[in-house]
Order: sequence, then C-alpha cells, then structure tokens
Amino acid sequence: MSAVLPTVKSAEVGAQRIVFGVMVAFFLIGPALGMYPVFLMKVMCFALFAAAFNLLIGFVGLLSFGHAMFLGTAGYVCAHAAKVWGFTPELAIVAGAAAAGLLGLIAGLLAIRRQGIYFAMITLALAQMIFFFCLQAPFTGGEDGIQAVPRGKLLGVLDLSDVWNMYGTVLIIFLAGFLLIYRTVHSPFGQVLKAIRENEPRATSLGYNTNRYKLMAFVLSATLSGVAGATNALVFQLAALNSVHWSMSGEVVLMNLVGGLGTIFGPVVGAFVVLAMENYLATLGFWVTIVQGAIFVLCVLAFRRGIIGELGRLIRKPL
Amino acid sequence: MTEIFGIPTQALFGQLLIGLINGSFYALLSLGLAVIFGLLNIINFTHGAQYMMGAFVAWFLLNKTGIGYWWALVIAPIAVGIFGVIIERTMLKQLYKLDHLYGLLLTFGLALIIQGLFRNEYGSSGLPYSIPSQLTGGQNLGFMFLPNYRAWVIVFSLAVCLSTWFVIEKTKLGSYLRAATENPELVRAFGINVPRMITLTYGFGVGLAALAGVMAAPIYSVNPLMGENLIIVVFAVVVIGGMGSIMGSIVTGFGLGIIEGLTKVFYPEASATVIFIVMAIVLAIRPAGLFGTQK
Amino acid sequence: MVFRKLALAASVAMAMATAAHAQISDGVIKIGVMNDQSSLYADISGPGGVVAAKMAVEDFGAAKKGMKVEIISADHQNKPEVGSSIARQWYDVDKVDVILDVPTSSVALAVNQVTREKHKLFLVSGAATSDLTGKACSPNTIHWTYDTWMLAHGTGSAIVGTGKKTWFFLTADYAFGHALERDTSEVVKAAGGTVLGAVRHPLNAQDFSSFLLQAQTSKAQVIGLANAGGDTINSIKQASEFGIVKGGQSLAGMLVFISDIHALGLPTAQGLIFTETFYWDRNDASRAFAKRFAPQYKGNMPTMVQAGIYSSVLHYLKAVEATKTDDGDKVAAKMKEMPTDDPLFGKGRVRADGRKIHDAYLVEVKKPSESKGPWDYYKVLATIPAEKAFRPESEGGCELVAKK
Repeated sequence: MSAVLPTVKSAEVGAQRIVFGVMVAFFLIGPALGMYPVFLMKVMCFALFAAAFNLLIGFVGLLSFGHAMFLGTAGYVCAHAAKVWGFTPELAIVAGAAAAGLLGLIAGLLAIRRQGIYFAMITLALAQMIFFFCLQAPFTGGEDGIQAVPRGKLLGVLDLSDVWNMYGTVLIIFLAGFLLIYRTVHSPFGQVLKAIRENEPRATSLGYNTNRYKLMAFVLSATLSGVAGATNALVFQLAALNSVHWSMSGEVVLMNLVGGLGTIFGPVVGAFVVLAMENYLATLGFWVTIVQGAIFVLCVLAFRRGIIGELGRLIRKPL
Repeated sequence: MTEIFGIPTQALFGQLLIGLINGSFYALLSLGLAVIFGLLNIINFTHGAQYMMGAFVAWFLLNKTGIGYWWALVIAPIAVGIFGVIIERTMLKQLYKLDHLYGLLLTFGLALIIQGLFRNEYGSSGLPYSIPSQLTGGQNLGFMFLPNYRAWVIVFSLAVCLSTWFVIEKTKLGSYLRAATENPELVRAFGINVPRMITLTYGFGVGLAALAGVMAAPIYSVNPLMGENLIIVVFAVVVIGGMGSIMGSIVTGFGLGIIEGLTKVFYPEASATVIFIVMAIVLAIRPAGLFGTQK
Repeated sequence: MVFRKLALAASVAMAMATAAHAQISDGVIKIGVMNDQSSLYADISGPGGVVAAKMAVEDFGAAKKGMKVEIISADHQNKPEVGSSIARQWYDVDKVDVILDVPTSSVALAVNQVTREKHKLFLVSGAATSDLTGKACSPNTIHWTYDTWMLAHGTGSAIVGTGKKTWFFLTADYAFGHALERDTSEVVKAAGGTVLGAVRHPLNAQDFSSFLLQAQTSKAQVIGLANAGGDTINSIKQASEFGIVKGGQSLAGMLVFISDIHALGLPTAQGLIFTETFYWDRNDASRAFAKRFAPQYKGNMPTMVQAGIYSSVLHYLKAVEATKTDDGDKVAAKMKEMPTDDPLFGKGRVRADGRKIHDAYLVEVKKPSESKGPWDYYKVLATIPAEKAFRPESEGGCELVAKK
C-alpha cells in the first residue's frame, strides 16, 4: 500500500500540472485567439473569487451565502483609495484586501460557531447588512457608485491604463492567488481543514481547535475574495452596489456548482461559463436570470459534480 | 402631552401598532419556513417567490374570473400549495439523502426561475389590487388612524399562527409530525406514511407563504420582485427565533416587527439593518437563537 | 471561410459606399440599445426602447435614403461591469457607432466614460442623474429625456406656485434620494415655501406606514416622495390606505413614470402630481406615435424614456445625414449645432454640456371618474418652458461650458 501511494499521488499531481498548464496557456493566448481581453480579465478576477469561495465550501464544508460582502467591500475600499487618497494600484489592492480580511474576521467570529444551513443564512444576513451600509455610506456614491477610478502606475512605473499591462498584472495576481489556494489545500493546514469537513468531533478529539482553523480559513477566503474584488474594481475603473448585492453571492455559488465543488480547477471553469453566459445572454433580454436558475436546478438534480468534477471522474483523477 | 425621548406617547402607540402589523407578515412567513425546516430540514429559498405567487393568484382570480379577495384567501394558498407539492414530489424528494445545502441551492434556483418568468410576463412595475370593500376605511383611535384592513391583517394572522402552533404542538397529528422529524424510521414502523406527511407539510408551509401574499396584495405592490428582498429579512427572523421552533418564529416575527417599528421613529436610517444587528447580537450570546436548542 | 465572409462584406461595403456615405464606417450605422430588460427598470424602457428605436429608423426613411442602419440590443442587468464590458465590446468588436438609453445611473456613468475614451456617441434616455451633464459631462454624451434636477425643480416650483407651501419629504436613504430632496428643498425655499421635515427610509422598504404617519403628523400640505420605482409605488399605495390625500395633503412624486401609474391604478394614484417631458395623449402627433407603438409592445403606451429614444435616434440620423459620417466626435458636434425638431418633443436644442432641452409638463393623475379609458391618466396642469425646465448650463459645473 505504502509503495503504491506515492505513485498515485504523483499521477494526481501530474494531471493537475497538465491542467494548470492548459489554464495558463489559455489565459496567455486567449486574447490572440480573439477573446476579448477585458472579458478575460473579468473571468480571472471572478475565477479567483470563486476559488477563494471554494476554499470554504469545498475544503471546509462551509457554504457562505454572503461572500459578495468581501468582494464588494474590497472594491469600494480599493476604488476610494485609488481615486480619493491617490494610492498606487498595488497599495489600493492591498488596502481593499485588508478591509475584506478584517470584515472576514468579524463575520467569521459571529458565524463560525454554526454549520450548514445556519452558517449560510447568517452570512447572508450579515452581507445584507453590509449592502445597506454601502448603499447609505457617503463615500460609496450610492447608486452611482465610485466611477472613473484611475488605474495608475504599478509600483510607480508600469502604466496600467495600457490594456496589456493591466492584463499581465491581473494574470499574475490571479495565478499567485490560485497557487496560494492550491498550496493551502495541500498543506498540513489544509489536511486539518479536510479532517474537520469529514468529521469535526473527531478532529476536536484529536486536539485541534477546530473553530480556530475554520476561522483562519474563513479569513483567508475573505481576503482573497477581497483581492479579486479590488482587482476587478481597477479593471473596470468602478465600484458599484451590485457587487455587494446578495445576487452576487448567489452567482459565486453558481460558478462553483457549475465548475465542481471541491475541485481545484472547477471554480475557474465555472467562472468562465457563468460570465460567458451573462455576457452572451445579454442580448436575449429577459432570459438571463431564468437560464441561471435553470442551471442551478439542473446542477443540483443531475449534475452535482460539475464540469471539472465529471471530467475528473472520467479520468479517475481529482482535478 | 407626555413624551418619551421627545416623541409624543400617542405617536409612539401608533408606531407600536404598525410594527405589530408588519410583524404579522414576518410571523406568517417565518412560520412557514420554520414548519418546512422543522420537518424537511430544507431552507426554502423559494418562499419569497411563493409569497409573490400568492399575491398574483389573488390578482389573477379577481381580474380573469371575478373572484374576490375572500375566496382568494382560500384558493390561492391551495393553488400555490399544490404547486409546492409538485416541486416536493418531483425535485426536493431526491435530495433528502444529500447534504441539506443542496436543498437550499435547488430552491434558490427555482426562485430565480419563477421570479424571472413572472417578470417576463407581467413586467416589473407591478399590478393594482384594491382593498376589499368590506375593509376599506378605518378607525380613528385617537392616537392614530387605523385602516380597517390593517386591523384585519393583525387579527387574522395571529389566528393563523396560533392555530398552526396548536396543531403542531398540541394535537395527535402534530405529535406524529414532530416524531417524524426526530426519527422517521420509527414513525414509519408505526404504519404512518411518512413521505406523504412530508409532502403535505411542504405544501402547507408553501400555502402559508401564499396566504401572506394574498394578505399583502392590497397594501403592498403586487410585483414579481415583492418577495425577493423580504425573504432575507425573514431568514434573519428565523435565525433569531431559533431554526425550526414554531413558537420561536411567531414570537420573534411579531417582536421584530415592533423593534423595527420603533427604529423607524427614533432612527429611521437604521430600520433596514436593525433586524440584522439584532441577529448579530443574538448569535453572539445564544448561537442557537432565542428559542432554539443547540443540536 | 471567415476570410471569404470578410471579403464579401468588404465588397458589399464598397458597392454601397456611394459618394454620400464614404465615411460611414463599414457601410453600416450600428445602433446599440442597452438597458435593463429583466429587472427593476424594464418597464420604463426595456424591450419597448428597442421598439421605439426601430420606429425612428423607419420614420426617418433610412432605407429610402440609402443608409444602412442596424439595431442591436443588450440587457445590462443593472450591473455596471456588464454595461461597461458590453459597451467596450460593442465599440471595439461589433463596430457599434452609438449607444442608446442605459437606465441606472451607475451603468450610465460607466458607459459615459467608455464612450468618451473611444470617441463614440452616447445618447442617454433612461438614466436620471444630472451629473451626466454636470461634473461627469463629456463631449460624446447627450442626455436626452429628463434628469433629477429637472424633475425636482419642475415639480417643486410648480407646486409651490399653486399655493401649497409647506413640505415634508419621504426620502430614499441613498445618494439619489438625498439629491432629489436637496434639489427640491432648494426650489421650495426659493419660491417662498418651507420644508417642515424629512424622514429617510431604506431602499426597497416594504412598509411605509410608519413613515407616512410621521408625514401625516407633520401637517405639511405636500408630501414629497424623493424615491423611485417600487418604493414610490408602495408609498403611494399605502398613503391612499391611510387616507392621506383624502385628509387634505397632496403627494408629489419626484420620479414617476406612466408605467408606475398603470401599475397603481387610478383609484390609488389619483391626485398625484409630478413632472413628465412626454405624455402620449398630449397632441395629435404624440397620439399617432402611441397608436403605432402600443401594438408592438404588449399594448402599452410609450413612457417618456421610450419617446426620448425615438426622438434622439431621429436627431442622430439627421446629423449623420448632414455630416455624411458616423464619427462620434463629428456627429456629436453636429447634433449640438442643429436645432432639434420632432413630432414628440417639438422644437428644442442640445446645449454645449450635452443637455437636450425641451418643454416639461406638470401633470396630475386623474380621478377614475375623469378617465375615459385605459391609459387616459393625466391632466396637464402647467407647461414648463424648455429654457426654464432644465438646470442652467453655468450651474452644472461641466468643464465643456467653462471653456467657452
């Protein structure tokens, strides 16, 4: 048994490396294949957001229905920092992520003691509170949002108003975030998280302070969501209410459901599919939400593994 | 005139009463959610959409068939309840063996579809629905003008809530229900058809939502989006009350209506968030909610 | 295959490129209607906005004049990122020349910026924020139908003019509501009225009775509704339930469309006063338009936003015809230079800050007994002349004006 295990492991890692390579290649040559760069940047931001979300649902078993609060708060803070305080882009993103992380700590302390549906409802309610805060706070601009956010110069040299400079920056942020999540999942810390997911009482009896582990995972997820939200705000040069609305929290769940809960690459594929739909269904008018709802129902009833989950089952390797 | 914190007591009475009326809706809706959760362990995200459907059925009955408000109070809950039964039989049934989260996700998707279809057909501005002629006008209570319809809402919903509580907590049927929640296998061994009981319970919970929708039709806008935001507030009510507790959801529903009403007087800016703030405080002190038991 | 298609398209374009249209990019004038087709604001323009744009193209006789005009549409779902990326894609990939409508301020401001960057043209009908011709103004944006300043001032000053001088506001608690309240208060005070107070309610509040009671106890003559959409509908509905209008107080809406009145029904909405820039039953031309419009859009009469789309497309095509190009900068300049004249809004002009000005109408909703049939909803109380209806150019803080 012990002799077989490492080879299985390396085969798994091998498959994941190949997929990782495909993914990087896709984002590198996507624009050359005629994919619209702004769209791909959005996909990368939301893929990071979805992957951060997946860290909770897939590896700790916690369904947060309020993750939009981290995405949106970071977007607002980043936009405000860049526009009003004149922060450089990297500092603005750090500020946004830090705000999301802090919010994650507070929300986590309140929510982490409950599980399952309780946890989902509590995070949803907290996010609704943040929505009203963002709606009413003077610095967010209410319905107008924060507009015309300057992208600025990265580290004072690289002008991000050039689309390819921005594209490269987003790609690097996305890959860094993605790899961080990958490392976390495969670290001893990640193993403890999985143990908690499988059997929390046992993890407790083994001497782990499970609530602390869950809280750490929650804060990490919130912070990375914040990075995604802040980057997105810079790409579109705006921050607005819809990113804190609860339907955004629903959308990130949908991305994971479509891609595959608890898979490494599922969130990325899911984000791409959902956003492509949102983009191309736009001309269909009324049908956007209906199609999204139908996909939810379909995934839950017949397709619970998601695209990557099914693919992984096909080649018998977790992806 | 006496004053409390600078607000005349008379005005305060008025606001308390109004809070109680809003609480009636919270109570009816959270009661339905609590019943469904108690027995099916499913968070019914479609609840808001089913509340909206109740209002639309009432509108439809009045405008297409000429059937008025009073019959709508009976027909709409049954019609929407049957719709709920179909959903339970065809979809929810398949999810009982899985993680409860899937029930939440399925009903979320259904809510998107239902709201989308209604919006597609009826637009987003809403439809007119008048107060039944027997209940127009109002009483001057001295401290406020109380529309008759609002008085009816409060009395009727209290009656519905208390009879539901009575049936579930004090009758034989209710004891079967509660037993089936605790241990379905055992109850089945007694020769009781548990799946059918579950189906009917879901239908009943959905019917309660539709009933709230009919009652809301004359005073709120009959609008495809009317349940969309309300449902989240109701979730918070259920969390505060303690999930699955029948009495908890009734008391919390009315109580939060009052708290919200008072906030509208003293600090209206916070009236949308006060329920969530109460929720945060309650969770910090009693993670299982006011009336819930830690599982 | 792709190459052949391209070659074909190019040859067609060449064949079509008569001397008159030498500068129309790729031979087609492409109009993009972007609005909310599935949510809160779908009824004020939505699919009906596309219908209006198509009618304008037909009525202009584009086909007869040898101009090839194509209309595409998209649903921005009220998400500024979606709106901004559709706009970019339309301009860069789909060769769209002009974007129309775009309700929801946040999305309109985002499209405003993209359009300016790309030197195209943006004709706003659905969005309300007066920032579009104020501090966010752009040489490539023309704000057509209405804005918050005009609604607040029109309604405020006209009502005070009728002798009702004390006001109380029901304000949606976010930037938009605050702006409406501020603008209206200013004009009420300037006209000699007083504001007794205001209560801030959260967005999408379900129940307004508590706020209405506060308004009732204030004994103000007019209750100003500084909110929009579902909030306005619910406050009017519940005001009627609490007998506010019967008790002698008037309701003034700051942002109300005919679709809202249709949703409320006359028994509830009667007596409500507000400002519109278009009413289908105002004259023969508007009636003729409405009669053609309704069958194409589920029997609904056009809102002012849909009428504004029609009017702006007409003026746009005239400007394209005159300049013989679809270049955004040149057409925008031409549109500002030429006076406007169309059957729905009459004569008007486009100012340097991008504000299109025309008359506005203070209307009161009829009693059910006064209405002759469906959609017969308004009594026009007063006409506010174009030059007075909108914010003076000098006060908006638009940089394009300061330069002059």
